[in-house]
Formats: sequence, C-alpha cells, structure tokens
Amino acid sequence: MIAELGHFALIIALAMALLLSLVPMVGSFKGYSSWMRLANSLSLGQLLFVAISFVCLAIAFLMDDFSLKYVSQNSNTALPDHYKISAVWAAHEGSLLLWALILAGWTAAVALFSRSLPLVLSARILSILGAISVGFALFLILTSNPFERLLPMVPIEGADLNPLLQDIGLIIHPPMLYMGYVGFAVPFAFAIAALIGGQFDSAWARWSGPWINLAWVFLTIGITLGSWWAYYELGWGGWWFWDPVENASLMPWLVGTALMHSVSATEKRGVFRSWTLLLAIFAFSLSLLGTFLVRSGILTSVHAFASDPERGVFMLMFLAIVTGGSLIIFALRGPAMQKVSAYSGWSREVMLLINNLILVSAMTMILIGTLYPLVADVLDLGKISVGPPYFNFFFVPLTVGLVIAMGIAVFTRWKSTEVNLILGKIPVPFLVAIISAGILPFYLSVDYSYSITGGLTIFMSVWLVATIAKDLIEKLGINLKRIAKLSHSYLGMQLAHTGLAICILGVGLSSTYDQTRELRMAPGDKALIAGYEFTFSGVNPIAGPNFSAFQAQIKVTKNNQLVANLFPEKRHYNAGGQVMTEADIDPSITRDIYVSLGEPLADGAWALSLQVKPFVRCIWLGALMVGIGGLLAATDRRYRRRRQSASNNEVAL
Amino acid sequence: MHPIRKQRLQIVVLIVIASSLATALIVYMLGQNANYFFTPAQVLQGEAPKNVTIRAGGMVVEGSIERSSDSLDVSFLVTDGLADLTINYSGILPDLFAEGEAAIATGKLDGDKVLQASQVLAKHDENYTPPEVADAMKQAYELKQQEQYQSQEAKK
Repeated sequence: MIAELGHFALIIALAMALLLSLVPMVGSFKGYSSWMRLANSLSLGQLLFVAISFVCLAIAFLMDDFSLKYVSQNSNTALPDHYKISAVWAAHEGSLLLWALILAGWTAAVALFSRSLPLVLSARILSILGAISVGFALFLILTSNPFERLLPMVPIEGADLNPLLQDIGLIIHPPMLYMGYVGFAVPFAFAIAALIGGQFDSAWARWSGPWINLAWVFLTIGITLGSWWAYYELGWGGWWFWDPVENASLMPWLVGTALMHSVSATEKRGVFRSWTLLLAIFAFSLSLLGTFLVRSGILTSVHAFASDPERGVFMLMFLAIVTGGSLIIFALRGPAMQKVSAYSGWSREVMLLINNLILVSAMTMILIGTLYPLVADVLDLGKISVGPPYFNFFFVPLTVGLVIAMGIAVFTRWKSTEVNLILGKIPVPFLVAIISAGILPFYLSVDYSYSITGGLTIFMSVWLVATIAKDLIEKLGINLKRIAKLSHSYLGMQLAHTGLAICILGVGLSSTYDQTRELRMAPGDKALIAGYEFTFSGVNPIAGPNFSAFQAQIKVTKNNQLVANLFPEKRHYNAGGQVMTEADIDPSITRDIYVSLGEPLADGAWALSLQVKPFVRCIWLGALMVGIGGLLAATDRRYRRRRQSASNNEVAL
Repeated sequence: MHPIRKQRLQIVVLIVIASSLATALIVYMLGQNANYFFTPAQVLQGEAPKNVTIRAGGMVVEGSIERSSDSLDVSFLVTDGLADLTINYSGILPDLFAEGEAAIATGKLDGDKVLQASQVLAKHDENYTPPEVADAMKQAYELKQQEQYQSQEAKK
C-alpha cells in the first residue's frame, strides 16, 4: 500500500512539474501575473509530493517490504536501520529519486528566497527548474521506477546492501554530491531566464552569486567525502584514481569554480557576461553528463548500454535537449549580452580570466581522457583504458600555473594595477617559498635526500599561504580586531585559498613520501617502515551484526614507544557471501599509519599491507576548509543587503 | 592594418597556435597512456606488443593459483576458453579474486608471453563480470560453436 502511495505521489509530482514548466512560462510572455504567481505554490507542492514519495520508499525499506524489487535487491532484515535508510539511495532507482527530491528542494528554496526578484524573472527561473524536474520524473516513472513490485513471487529475504556501501561515508556522500550537482540547476535556470529575457546585469550576478557558492560548497564537500570514503573503505589507502566516476564529479566542480570567479567579475565590473552565462550552462550540463555516465551503465561498457538502451538513450536525449537547447538560446541571445569595458594587463579581471582559462583547460583534458575510451569502443578501435599518468601529466602543471596566478591575484585590483605595486609585493612571499622548498624536503624524507616533487609541493603551498598572509597583514596591520571589518567574501576567499594550499600539501607530500609494503607475515613477525616497527601477533575470528570476520592484531612502535594497536579485519558478509577488507588507521595530521589485511597464506601466515602516509589527512582537511570558505563567502553582507533594499522598493511601489 | 585589427589578428593566431599545441599534446599523451585490452588467445597468437603496458584478462583457471611459500609472489592462469595466459604478480590480490571468476591484470608481457602484472583487478560485486572478459568469453564460445558445427559438417 505504502509503495502505491509513493508511486502515486511521484505521478502527482510529475503533473505539478509539468504545470510548473508551462503555466508560469506562458504567463511571463502573455503578461498574466496570476499565471506567473502560480510558480511559487507549484514549486512547494512539487516538493511536498516528491518528499512523500521518498518517505514512502524509506518506510518500505524500514518495513523490509521485499515485494518491492528495489528493496529486495538492496536490503536485508539483518541490516541496521540507519543503513536501511541510506540504502534508499544505494542504487540506481533510489539515487534518481533522491536527485528528484533535491531538485524539488532547490526549486522550493528559489521560490521562497526569490521574492525580491522581478516576477517575470522568478516565474521563468522556476519554470525552467520545473522543466528539468519533468525530465527526471519521467525518467523515474518510465525507466527506473523504484516502486516496482515483485509479484506474486515475493522473496523472503533481501539480497543485502553492498557491504562497501554499509558505511557512514556513503550515507552522506551521495546526498552532498547531488546537492552540488543539482544545485547548479539554479544558476543554469537563471542563465536561461536571463537569456530569454535578454537582460543580464550586475543585479543578476549578485542574485545568483550565493546560489552558485552554495551548490559549489556542497559539491566540494561531496567530492571530499567520496575521496575520504575510498581511502578508508576500499582497503588499500588510495584516495583518487582518475576513475571515470570521479572525473564525472570533478568536471562540474572545475567549471563551477570558474563560474564562481567569473560571476564575481560580472557583478563587480560588468565584464565576462556571456562567458559567465556559458559557464552556468556548462556547469549544469556537466552535472547531467556525470549523472548520465554514472547512471546509464555506459561506463561498465558501451555494450551494457546497448543491451539495456532504455535508460541510457533517455538520459542521452535529455542531455542533448538540455545542453543543445540552452546552447542554441545562448547562440541567439548571448552576443547581445556582451558589454565592452576597459581593463588593462595587470588587473584582477585578467587574473580571473587566467583562472578561468586554466580551470576550463583542466576540465577539457579530463573530459577528453574520460570520453576517449567510450568513443574508441564505439568506433571499434579497441578496448582502452586511459591511465592516471595522462591525467597527472596535464593536471599537475595546470595546478602549478593556477597556484602561481592565485598568489599574484590577491595583490591586483579591478580595472588596472601598477606593475611596480605588484612587483614590490611579490619578492618576500616568493623568497619564503623558495627557501622553504629548498630546505624542508630534506627533513621530510627518511634518509635526508631531496625530492623535486616534495620541493614543488612545498613551494606551491608556502607561496600561496605567504601571499595570503602578506595581504592580510597589509589589510589588518597589527590590529587583529579589524578582521571583523573585512567582508565575508574576502575572508571566505582567503580561507578557501588557504584550504587549497593545505590540500595541495597533503596531495603532494603523501604521494611523494608514501611508504607502502605488502608483506607475508607469520604471527610474531616484525617489519620496519619509515621508522615505525610493526609487530603482527596473529588473527582471531570475531562476529559482527551481519558479518563474521578475521581480525588481526598489529602493534606499532617507534623507538620502543607504543604508537598504536591496530585491528584490521577481513569480513565475510552473511547474506551475499561477500568478502571485504576493513583497514585500520592510526590518524594524525602529520602522518597516517594504515594497515589492512590481505588473504590467508599457508602456515598461519597472512598477506598484510602496511603503509605510512605523511600528511595524507591534510587533503581532506584542506578541502573541508575550501568548502567552509565558500560557505562564508555565500553569507556576505552584500547579498543580504540587496534583498532588503529590493523588498523595501517593492513596499514603496 | 588598423591597430585594433592587428591586435585581434595576433590574438586569433595565438589562440590557434595554443590550441593546436594543446591538441597535439593531448593526442600524444592519450597514445602513450591508453592501455589496450587483449584476450589470452590474442596474446598467445602474438597480437599483443611486448614491454608495453597492456591489460589482459579472463576467467581464473581452477587450481592454477600458485603462491610462493616465502613471499607474496603469485602466479595464475586466465582463460577465455581458447587459450590460457600465465600472469605473475607480487602483492595482495583483491577481495573478490577467486578461481573460476573473472580477473583483469595490467602489466607488461615478457619474452615468454607471460604477463608481469603491476595490478590485478577482480569483479567488484557478485553479479558483475568485466565487459572485456564477457566479450572475450562470448567470442571464444561462438568460435567454438562454429568449429563444432564445421567439424560436424565435415563428418557428414
């Protein structure tokens, strides 16, 4: 009964989305304000019914209703309740329902917080968001119905949730990621509405600024959580694999980052207008492409795509309509948006242009590397996988260029900056960075040898932090209380850039100085890695709620002082019979000790993976700071002030 | 030429040069880092290049996994139904690696047509077979059917 209710609610939501996509849009052209005003209530109604549908599916999971195909495939009576709820978005159908729910949520948020906008504009924005909802609701109902029944042969027990997904990281990672993906629908809808209306000015940019920032923050946190999850859950200590699924999330992030920077130039100086609109279109198109790549099955094989074409073709059509349609509108209206404005060689505008150029180049090379194997397979050029060296070859120099530009950019001003002013500020941070890069790598290596990648990493991080510090000192002087006078967007920027410096430090140092050994160890065996002594004392069987496991005990000491006792596990899940490696980690800022259990060998010995990873935690810590910086910038006073004054105007009218 | 036009021309030329350079570099790097997949039959027929990173895989042959007694060196056979390829590897095998299941290795071929693997991947869930392996097995199966049919025809 619950399932039918959920299914029915989804259909009502589709109907509301359909009305939302048509009525206010038509009203905006005909000038019927009552039609346009319907947008708000339709948006809220849509959210209500998608939410009902989502809750119904969650209840079906909690009640172990295995007559639902989706529930029986992804749950089990022995599964703890919190995992039953997260299992709602563990596979295809539920993920899409979550997508639809989040889209309805963003739409409702726009309806609630866009009261200060002209009615025509807000009606069109909501209509476009409604049209996207129609696409997703149709996709759900026609090809991926999570409420499909398995009748009359109802299974007694479910197949269980994939053990890899039975983890806190996977409870929050997908919703965060989707919040980011779907969040880019808002600037997208705004861009299309602006193009339709032929009006795009600083007010546009100021209104969409916080929405872009928020979506970007969610995407940042989502990607960070995914990387962190891969690190501790996949059991072998990697945190980024240049896997197509990861690339699919990085591409909209890069374009979103470019968008966030270019929209600030549009707001402050009125430049890059059509470019900003184009980025808004691409950020969302790449989010859709990511969804298509991950959800169509095309990544496992173009043949899997061909054998179950329904979903893939629908998704591809949707992608083509959204991207193609919006690019046509852009081609027709975009050029008229451009305004000629003057800025010279050393202005902030130019630095932001460099930032955009680098970020878009990085996205392009990732896009080519990700799609090339698919194209090659379709054209029968052989089955290819593009290895990480390709991505690193391009990504590392682009990042170096980006970081150097970021350091210079903090000293530039809008319109034009005296070259001498910049040249006067650069030497001190540069010298600090060069000296640190020359000395510190000797202390980081085990044998006091120098590493170029270590040096480069330290140069980048120190350069970035030193330029930020110099700018802060100049703004604050010695009076730290003045920090309250600085704008949130300035502080957010500096925090995010510092976060990036820390993230780069983690990426570079953990890759350079990582020590990994895979060993055969019998009980009592010792191994010495990076100054730490690992003693393996054997393996005991233990039992968990829905699994049994072998648990190893490993003592880690340094200079005969106990550092940690680690208990990595090899789990056997009862329902699916799956085997999983559960690593154990002794974390700290300067290094992680990472131990995982391989397979049993003869004579009570086991294969063990022992790793010491310097500064690896800085990757996620830095990325988290980047996200918090973005959030801080989204709360800038100018966004709120604008809203107040706009509503005052309305009252005055 | 008008100075503004001249400036525009310079910008256009610069963009053309930069984008052609970028394209050339991308094509070159893709060529360098594209790892092709070969079936065991293709490898043993000498279709796969030596000392170049390739991927190869199939079903792990029952009883073929041999572990060294004092290290993590391991050797096993993979098959596509037509031929068996020997793979050498040193390290921990993935959780779902097992006899009779699909596996794909990345590595380089040595002179004896043995793959010295730097990485071994197994399927990542119960129901998943890597498409490369599934394709290879299907091709081999169809080839065998054809051969059987032909030999039956010949008997007649």
